[in-house]
Amino acid sequence: MARTVRAVMEAEPTAPAPEKLTVTLVINGRETRLSVAPWTTLLDTLRDRLALTGTKKGCDHGQCGACTVLVDGRRINSCLTLAVMKDGAQVTTIEGLAKDGALHPLQQAFIDHDAFQCGYCTPGQICSAAGLIAEGKAKTVDEIRELMSGNICRCGAYVNIVAAIQQAMGKA
Amino acid sequence: MSLQLDRRSEELRLRVVRRPLRHDSAAKHVAGSATFVDDIREPEGLLHIAAGGVPAASGQLLGVDLAAVRAAPGVVAVLTAADIPGKNDVGPVVHDDPVFVESRIEFYGQVVFAVVATTREQARRAAKLAKVAAAVGTHCVSVDDALAAGSHILPDCTFRKDDSAAALAASAHRVKGQLRIGGQEHFYLEGQVSLAIPGEDGDMLIHTSTQHPSEMQHLIAGMLKVPVSAVTVEVRRMGGAFGGKETQAAQWAALAALAAQITGRPCKIRLDRDDDMCLTGKRHDFLSDYEVGFDAEGRIQALETVMASRCGYSADLSGAINDRAMFHADNAYFLPAATITTKRMKTNTVSNTAFRGFGGPQGMMVAERAIDEIAWALKLDPLDVRKRNLYGEGRDITPYGMLVEDNILPALLDRCEVTSDYRARRRKIAAFNAQNGALKRGMALNPVKFGISFTTTHLNQAGALVHVYQDGSIHLNHGGTEMGQGIYIKVAQVVAEEFGVDADRVKILATSTAKVPNTSATAASSGSDINGWAAKNAAGAIKERLINFAAGAYDVVPSQIEFRDNRVFIGNQSVPFAELIRKAYLARVSLSSTGFYKTPKIHWDPATGKGRPFFYFAYGAACSEVLVDVTTGEMKVQRVDILHDVGRSLNPAVDIGQIEGGFVQGMGWLTTEELVFHADGRLLTHAPSTYKIPCASDVPEHFNIALWDGANREDTIYRSKAVGEPPLMLAISVFAAIADAIHSLNPDKAVPLDAPATPESILRAVQAVTS
Ligand code: FES
Ligand code: FES
Repeated sequence: MARTVRAVMEAEPTAPAPEKLTVTLVINGRETRLSVAPWTTLLDTLRDRLALTGTKKGCDHGQCGACTVLVDGRRINSCLTLAVMKDGAQVTTIEGLAKDGALHPLQQAFIDHDAFQCGYCTPGQICSAAGLIAEGKAKTVDEIRELMSGNICRCGAYVNIVAAIQQAMGKA
Repeated sequence: MSLQLDRRSEELRLRVVRRPLRHDSAAKHVAGSATFVDDIREPEGLLHIAAGGVPAASGQLLGVDLAAVRAAPGVVAVLTAADIPGKNDVGPVVHDDPVFVESRIEFYGQVVFAVVATTREQARRAAKLAKVAAAVGTHCVSVDDALAAGSHILPDCTFRKDDSAAALAASAHRVKGQLRIGGQEHFYLEGQVSLAIPGEDGDMLIHTSTQHPSEMQHLIAGMLKVPVSAVTVEVRRMGGAFGGKETQAAQWAALAALAAQITGRPCKIRLDRDDDMCLTGKRHDFLSDYEVGFDAEGRIQALETVMASRCGYSADLSGAINDRAMFHADNAYFLPAATITTKRMKTNTVSNTAFRGFGGPQGMMVAERAIDEIAWALKLDPLDVRKRNLYGEGRDITPYGMLVEDNILPALLDRCEVTSDYRARRRKIAAFNAQNGALKRGMALNPVKFGISFTTTHLNQAGALVHVYQDGSIHLNHGGTEMGQGIYIKVAQVVAEEFGVDADRVKILATSTAKVPNTSATAASSGSDINGWAAKNAAGAIKERLINFAAGAYDVVPSQIEFRDNRVFIGNQSVPFAELIRKAYLARVSLSSTGFYKTPKIHWDPATGKGRPFFYFAYGAACSEVLVDVTTGEMKVQRVDILHDVGRSLNPAVDIGQIEGGFVQGMGWLTTEELVFHADGRLLTHAPSTYKIPCASDVPEHFNIALWDGANREDTIYRSKAVGEPPLMLAISVFAAIADAIHSLNPDKAVPLDAPATPESILRAVQAVTS
């Protein structure tokens, strides 16, 4: 009865590892020189090399927004960005948003509005919202919702996330 | 009047519970400093694990050549079934889930070996060097395949109430139909991850993201062949779980523990997202047939349903999940006669598992569709048919013999009807639909009645551990795990209330099997109910000792002692809480206690299918309005009004968050989230690029949520009700509203809409009613 077809998983050839490259990043205001493999993502650089684990890995494929950070003030998915592509850039992560011990208005707004449940998407949401505010494109609630749609919150805390962003925008 | 006064004085007395306190990790979440398993500082010498699977859904493993894997750079060990000292099993109930395939292949990608290497990248590269040969067998992928092949994982099960065949035959009207209900991927934003750290004497500490630390501990001990006491499982928090980290965390925790035992070094595994989606179980999809008999007013006389589910390759929790589908096939409606059957089908796919609602939502879908069918057949407003069929006095016995005691749904539905302005909007929608061709609006107001308790009676127990230190600070442990649902803050509120101190004086510790043993999963929405009581009992025991001590020391009667506002009032003086603690310590009073709780009143006889499986029911209602483009199948949810019953909420902010989140997740399940398997058993939708999860712009523009104002009639913790799962099912109103919009195209036909109501599914239903 059984079709006896052979399913064989063949060994896949692997490329030899090229040498590492040196990159300089200004991370949360501090200049950091690193030698990294050319394929190392900015996300892995932050998490694994610099122990900046506030930036989360959700999908590793640019589809969930958990890894959002600001590079030269613009929001990007750090899992889709190679560290070597950003030589010399200013990188701001969730750890770098607070200034002089005072929370960033978005951080405060997320607390005020209970804009999270498990909190895993939160750093990405906040960085993305900071980028959104800097872009200055979103004027209405609908536009906030539309322009934040790259950041999945599986807990579904969207109502409060959008309310928090509105609050911070009002203050910005 | 006096009841109201009682209530007011109670509210005045309570200082901490029932307040919308912030999530205990709020400040850490916004700072990025809340530690998830993958964020734990890597211990010295950490190794990384990658799993390797078989590219076939069934058949026999012929051979695995791992020579190249072993020789790859950085590889420290390669593990297979032969390396397991104890049992090659992580099955929770039936013990049919191997850690590694030995010979029989059960699903595509099933794990055959694991590589342990210095870096994660080395482990993953090395895993690709394996040569796995298999003789592919025949396999079932869908429920239909399994039904055709007679492939069952567990025996069928039936609840019977009265003679439903006779009642159907005697009914003035009868309608038959079939409903397909899709599965759902959990997509907890933090994927499966485990870190195992070996200790002395063969001890093992495992940090893992799981809802069920005790089960992980037991399974790992069995696999490592060590006593359970040698294994400690610790969970600080999870980045979402939704049922997907109950049993499905076990294989990865087991791999980490095995690797750590064999290498003697700390080992970590973190699944890649695609692997996570391909290799872990999901919500069961169902194919459900039903026949309903009813009178001229639309009152149900009898319901018969056969619900067949895709269980996947192993039993996992499918027995209890299918049971719950049966428990909720009545939803909120009295069935004078019923025959409710589930078929638990075995397929060569991942083993489907717990997911928020645990089979309940799928059962409820049948009841709600049956009501719509009646309304369509009799040309009545579906809301009127719903109201006529609700449980009420004299019509209050469920198909499984439980008496429904608190019939609050008639009043709750009435209020939701008013606050949602249902009747006026119904007229406007009819007028809109009469004037528009491509765009149709639809609306539905659906009730939810969800039974609270584990239906496996012995699981309804919980433990807690409370210490008070000499400075008056309090340490709290309990068996509940935090996945974002706010159980930590809720239970801390209960303990703070007991001692009359601020909640921030209560230090919430990670859930650990070393602190509180033999716990049940944080599941079935019951976490705060049972752990809250256990913690209250622990704190209460200490408080009683303190009262006895103070009564003696200050020479007052115990009734003159009160704990509040961080002080202890003793007769007509008061002392700071910490001062009394210090005095009690010096007087050699024990300041530590465990607490235990078991849910009362519940019993269940599986042989007869009768009993009281639930301590109580949680209720809710939602009115949803949608706009459907019947030419493209596009759909938008425009307005949602929810009225939900959480008893006297322990924390209204947390509860409202659960209601919103549950609704959005349920909406995703029933509208956009579609799992597609290839005929060869491969999951094709294994990333959010192809599997559409609701995002901010999918949330209804008008989303109104109100809490029903009523206490739990049962003696739950501060008369609250469970909230984790029930709101998910409120989203059935979205699905029913879509069917309602399609129904406007042809009022003479039933709408055969299947879930999820993707544009394709909507177009199929449109075609069916218009052809
Ligand atoms: S981890 Fe980068 S987008 Fe998901
Ligand atoms: S808070 Fe859990 S994913 Fe957003």
